[in-house]
Amino acid sequence: MTHPEDIKKQIRELFNDQKLAVLSTHLSGQPYASLVAFLGKEDLKEIFFVTPRTTRKHANLLADSRVALLINSSMNVAADFHEAVSVTALGNAEEIGGDEKKDVLKRYLAKHPYLEAFANAPTCALIGVKITSYVLVKNFQHVMELSIDQ
Amino acid sequence: MKWILSPWEINPDHRNRVGGKAYTLSLMAREGFEIPETVFLTVDAYHEFVKAAGLEERILLELNRKNFKDMRWEEIWDCATRIRNFFLKQPIPKHLDDELTAQVQSRFNGKSVAVRSSAPDEDAAGSSFAGLHESFINVRGTESILKHVRLVWASLWSDAALLYRQEIGLDVEKSAMAVVLQETVTGNRSGVVFSQNPNDETQGIIESVYGLNQGLVDGRVEPDRWILDREKNTVVSHTPVERSHWLIPSEHGVEMVPLPQDLSQRPPLSTEEALRIYGLACRAEALFKIPQDVEWTIRNDTLYLLQSRPITTLSSNQTEDKRAWYLSLHRSFENLKALRKTIEEKLIPEMKQTARDLADKDLTMLSHGELADEIKKRWEINHGWVNVYWEEFIPYAHGIRLFGQYYNDAVQPDDPYEFMNLLAHTQMASLERNRMLEDLAGMVRSDSELFEKLQTGNALVLNPEFEKKVDGFIVKFGDLSCAVTGGSECATDTRPLFKLLVEMAAKPPSLKPRKQMKDAGTLEKKFLGCFEGSKRKEAMDLLDLARSSYRLRDDDNIYLGRIEAQLLTAVMEGKNRIENSGRRVKQRPELDKLKSVIHDLDYDDGKPELAVASDEYGFKVNPRQLVGQPAGPGLSRGNARVIRHHLDLQDFKNAEILVCDSVDPNMTFVIPLAAGVVERRGGMLIHGAIIAREYGLPCVTGIPDATSLIRTGDEITVDGYLGIVTILQKGL
Repeated sequence: MTHPEDIKKQIRELFNDQKLAVLSTHLSGQPYASLVAFLGKEDLKEIFFVTPRTTRKHANLLADSRVALLINSSMNVAADFHEAVSVTALGNAEEIGGDEKKDVLKRYLAKHPYLEAFANAPTCALIGVKITSYVLVKNFQHVMELSIDQ
Repeated sequence: MKWILSPWEINPDHRNRVGGKAYTLSLMAREGFEIPETVFLTVDAYHEFVKAAGLEERILLELNRKNFKDMRWEEIWDCATRIRNFFLKQPIPKHLDDELTAQVQSRFNGKSVAVRSSAPDEDAAGSSFAGLHESFINVRGTESILKHVRLVWASLWSDAALLYRQEIGLDVEKSAMAVVLQETVTGNRSGVVFSQNPNDETQGIIESVYGLNQGLVDGRVEPDRWILDREKNTVVSHTPVERSHWLIPSEHGVEMVPLPQDLSQRPPLSTEEALRIYGLACRAEALFKIPQDVEWTIRNDTLYLLQSRPITTLSSNQTEDKRAWYLSLHRSFENLKALRKTIEEKLIPEMKQTARDLADKDLTMLSHGELADEIKKRWEINHGWVNVYWEEFIPYAHGIRLFGQYYNDAVQPDDPYEFMNLLAHTQMASLERNRMLEDLAGMVRSDSELFEKLQTGNALVLNPEFEKKVDGFIVKFGDLSCAVTGGSECATDTRPLFKLLVEMAAKPPSLKPRKQMKDAGTLEKKFLGCFEGSKRKEAMDLLDLARSSYRLRDDDNIYLGRIEAQLLTAVMEGKNRIENSGRRVKQRPELDKLKSVIHDLDYDDGKPELAVASDEYGFKVNPRQLVGQPAGPGLSRGNARVIRHHLDLQDFKNAEILVCDSVDPNMTFVIPLAAGVVERRGGMLIHGAIIAREYGLPCVTGIPDATSLIRTGDEITVDGYLGIVTILQKGL
């Protein structure tokens, strides 16, 4: 797999098939992990999620916008070790507002319709992570990186 | 759940639990065919063992290290070897072991048995893949029988089965192996009978030997052969052979011994007996309504049927399918011993002589036309030896594999490649070359003036002793500027050699091999300690053969390289003449001939290199961690030196990591400088792995696209324990 399109195809499949991602943030050097319902942008340059502003992850994001997101296709069976595909996305998070928010939320709720009340709550923020690189893991140990000029 | 069934308990519903071979035997027993005492271990016993030992996940991981289509046969063999070791190392769970032990003891009570595979998958695939799994004969004692049951279970994942895994529907979660345990009938005459000749449907065939059938099946004993007329039920012809040996049971298995004089003079079967045996095959064909291939044996005039199956062949109609050829590489000990004699006494001396004869010819005296003819002739000679390489030398390399399996069965080591330590440090030609290089580097290291001269390229006047040694080296191995060893064309340019010596002299001398030598001595004792009497002699002989096979794995390329060097020398001469021909019209037709020969033989220069890709949307791919096969234990970190052309070797620096498509012995002179080896070609027994082990270097093989994904200057780590290469930082 040496062409970007091969890796992009795998990432798109994960974006379509998976609902949740693990979000990694930190505060003063203390790492923190949480689950978020995500939406991947079609061009793969951004990942979106919604979070209440009172959460620890939101506080962490305000302190340092650098984050990592892990999305994978594990089924919690032995075959996961060779069949599951994982991607770690590295990037910078920022809150999204205005017209863009309306547009993204519409697509976000098309993927996660059960989160309508949650996503529209005034205490929630829509976060967009501009991706700088993806790290794709297949066959247990095979790792390729896809870097992006934003 | 019943783990053991007798032939009389079998009904059609059991077919998938005991496999086709067992089911067929049970049908024949019911029909009154004379079969030896037999029981079947159902697939439930296999599942119970695999589940308790946690093998399913381990096999899955092993088979999915990388895309199966990217795996070469050597890697598949390695994979099968590791799986085989899992089965050997895991104990049978107590409750299963207790029941199997009780049943085996009560049914066979110390008698010798055959332990045969009976795979339902193979049966379901239309029975056209017989021979993919293992069977063992003359196994005695409950412990040994159960050990061989594990080996038969493991052979569900043999290299042969893995090669045909699509066709037989091999599936880690669903596939299983049943086992036939059958009392050994020690016949004094045995053989196979085909109710129908695969090549002529009007005929039947019988092959027969004295002693056990295994001798015939393994190809160790040549059989007498009878052709029969199917319609008339008569013998058409009998082809006798020179009968010299037979395979008979021995204390620990079987052994080949000379045939008594009186037996060697007469055929194993009379015409009446041949017809009786043919009648057996016809009865089997009538029962199964398809021509049968029947194994039989005669003891005290009683004719026993050992097994019957539809007539099959492993060969494929597709000429592109090399799998049958790969499987033909499995050679018996006897076959390999004969091959060794041919190679050591005939082929290697002939190769050396051919290279010398070619080197003696003065190419400069030839006209352009004669040179064109000479290039063609050399190409044909080289091509002929390349064919010999594939037909004789490659199969001989199987001696290493045969020994490996023998060692693993006896010693049951944690590391299935421990046996390689017993083969390392043999007198390989490439190691002799590297020792001479170390010697020269030592002189450079201890003489600062000499070092300075070589480093600055001021090498016109050197001390006579050093010069004499350099000349001796060049005569033997060439000056390393040529793509293959011994190229006289390159003998005028000693700069690459001096560059290498300076690089070697700049680091302390290597002291690695000694400790491993000691380990090899301990291992040899441990290995030989597993055997007694004639078995010990056999083990020693096999070790000796494996060492020869290991040595030749390297040397054959060196000798082949010498011949290829002579071809390239002629090509270079031709190219130089074309380049320097100017506008002289007089010799144009002859030069054109030269050009067309060089073009036709594909010696034009230049092929584009692969590159890691980026796209127009700003995405760029970089490899981070690449998975191959662990081929030499150890961990190292350093800058990559990617070898795409032989000349790239000249720039090799101390402590760099050699990254290449495939290491061939003609390029291993840089190994003493290397910190690790990464190779696209996969396998534990390829040159890169062998030479890396000799020097104790971490080695990872079987990384597809290694030379395009990694670039010279990239900082990488080589994890030879896990078979992983990590690119830490891309070079500039």
